[in-house]
Amino acid sequence: MRLLLLYSTVLRGGFRRYATYRVATVAGVFTNTVFGFILAYTFQALWSERPRLGGYDEAQALTFVWIGQAMLATVALMGGGFEEEFQQRIRTGDVAVDLYRPIDLQLWWLASDLGRAGFHLLGRGVAPMAVGAFAFDLALPSEPSVWAAFAVSVLLAVLVSFAVRYLFALCAFWLLDSHGVSTLSTLLGVFFSGMLLPLTVFPGSFGEAVQQLPWAAMLQVPADVLLGAREGGDVVAGWGFQLGWAAVLFAVGRAVQALAVRRVVVQGG
Amino acid sequence: MGAAAEPFLEVEGLEKVFRIRRRAGRLRRERVEVRAVDGLSFTVPRGEMVGFIGPNGAGKSTTVKMLTGILAPSGGRLRVAGLDPSRERVELTRRIGVVFGQRTTLWWDLPLRDSYRLMRRMYRIPAARYRENLDRCTELLDLGPLLTVPVRQLSLGQRMRADIAAALLHDPEVLYLDEPTIGLDVVSKSAVRRFLADLNSERSTTVLLTTHDLGDIEQLCERVLVIDHGRLMYDGALAGLHEVGESERVLVVDLARELPPISGLDGARTLRTEGPRQWLAFPASASAAPLVGRVAAEYPLVDLSVQEPAIEDVIARMYAGRTG
Ligand SMILES: Nc1ncnc2c1ncn2[C@@H]1O[C@H](COP(=O)(O)OP(=O)(O)O)[C@@H](O)[C@H]1O
Ligand SMILES: [Mg+2]
Repeated sequence: MRLLLLYSTVLRGGFRRYATYRVATVAGVFTNTVFGFILAYTFQALWSERPRLGGYDEAQALTFVWIGQAMLATVALMGGGFEEEFQQRIRTGDVAVDLYRPIDLQLWWLASDLGRAGFHLLGRGVAPMAVGAFAFDLALPSEPSVWAAFAVSVLLAVLVSFAVRYLFALCAFWLLDSHGVSTLSTLLGVFFSGMLLPLTVFPGSFGEAVQQLPWAAMLQVPADVLLGAREGGDVVAGWGFQLGWAAVLFAVGRAVQALAVRRVVVQGG
Repeated sequence: MGAAAEPFLEVEGLEKVFRIRRRAGRLRRERVEVRAVDGLSFTVPRGEMVGFIGPNGAGKSTTVKMLTGILAPSGGRLRVAGLDPSRERVELTRRIGVVFGQRTTLWWDLPLRDSYRLMRRMYRIPAARYRENLDRCTELLDLGPLLTVPVRQLSLGQRMRADIAAALLHDPEVLYLDEPTIGLDVVSKSAVRRFLADLNSERSTTVLLTTHDLGDIEQLCERVLVIDHGRLMYDGALAGLHEVGESERVLVVDLARELPPISGLDGARTLRTEGPRQWLAFPASASAAPLVGRVAAEYPLVDLSVQEPAIEDVIARMYAGRTG
């Protein structure tokens, strides 16, 4: 209960600190919207050539684009979450300060990132989606239950995304320069989440495989829930897939963190 | 032996060896050992305020890190309130406060007050206690106008005062300060010093103050530990340190007009003059007051200040005194 109070304070702080950057938020919304238009026109061309590509009709494909743009910041597909500050603290040695506080490092950053995601969902999600719905015919559901199922899936997507970024960020304990790792993380996120092209479009066993990777849990699964491509039992299966990856990656993150902390404690920062 | 006599900090033969790889030539790399702390022993009773000084690279920060438990010793024995810091780190965190001059625990983008609320949750400080401690710190460290300001907008001196308050809200039994006055303006420096003196006398918090500013020690600590190359060089009163090293302080006086070098004051010699300003050296173990009195009586004194000897000089003299 008291722990909940602590981490909810951290979460609220995460929300509020991103809320202080108004110009960055406006710039982000602008970028998402422009990017959304470019992708949407491309998809229109693609789907008029190949209707039902990837199992979606044109309206669903366009909706996929705008879901992607609305979720891009929330699930930090291109970075921009807690990990930049965390890596910075590791590099400068400030992480030592975090170690003598009575907190759990992983939960601390999770709470902070959930706060950020909450802000980005409102601040950077709603506007691009509204513009998209205004400019194109989107296949958005009217049933509140579908939206609720989508919301759960978005939360799980943030958990998986956090766990992946946490692992990449921990590399900073071993690498002097972690820019390469961050770039790799961004590339994987953009490509394997389905943001550029829905994963169902990829053919054959490659298409099957990419849908089993953790990045699929960040966008493809929540998008399919909202598009109605997953219904009933498939929704639950999608949640299970997301939860499974979140659990595995959290556990791996903890193990790696323990190694990293031991390294600091024995060898110094 | 009573509980009061039991040492609160116990350090015995403490060692820390860093193994680093260093480039040696174009391709070759060699392993080198850095003995950052090399057989350090001392004890500090509860409620004492001790200055921990030494030149850069002496091993001060490394020792403080071991005392907090975030760095494991390579050898020797270490106890804080009877606990082994690196083994019982989590238990110890609630009982210690730490301020590293160069690092902040505060939330960069949010108003200062938010960081304090977070401390309250983190250390589970009861509401009344939290209010009381925060009010006290706010008043003594003059933080009132800063509480609503985002931390990134604070000056270095303001941030340092804010960090000290953050380290004390949970009533730690011991406070470690690593270079808390480095780079501070005069006003912040004296506010910090006054606050620490008060903390130690009113709350009997044990304080270990790491610094290379002898002025901090002069005003705060009756006892000083000097380390160099990871070894203890001196343990005792500051005055004694000056006697050992025969170091000098410098009185800088601004006279009403340009005058010949001041002379005839015993125990003091004029180092140099520059216009109406003159520099007078006197033994660091002596009080400045009689000298100031005589200068003021015999010369048209406008302004004055006292410069402490640099810790590097004091240590250099200690070496010279030992070998010579
Ligand atoms: N993590 C580390 N790895 C290697 N050497 C270190 C590390 N931390 C400190 N040292 C070395 O140990 C010595 C003591 O450093 P430090 O305790 O920071 O000194 P001080 O705080 O007195 O200036 C220095 O020579 C420093 O370079
Ligand atoms: Mg230091």
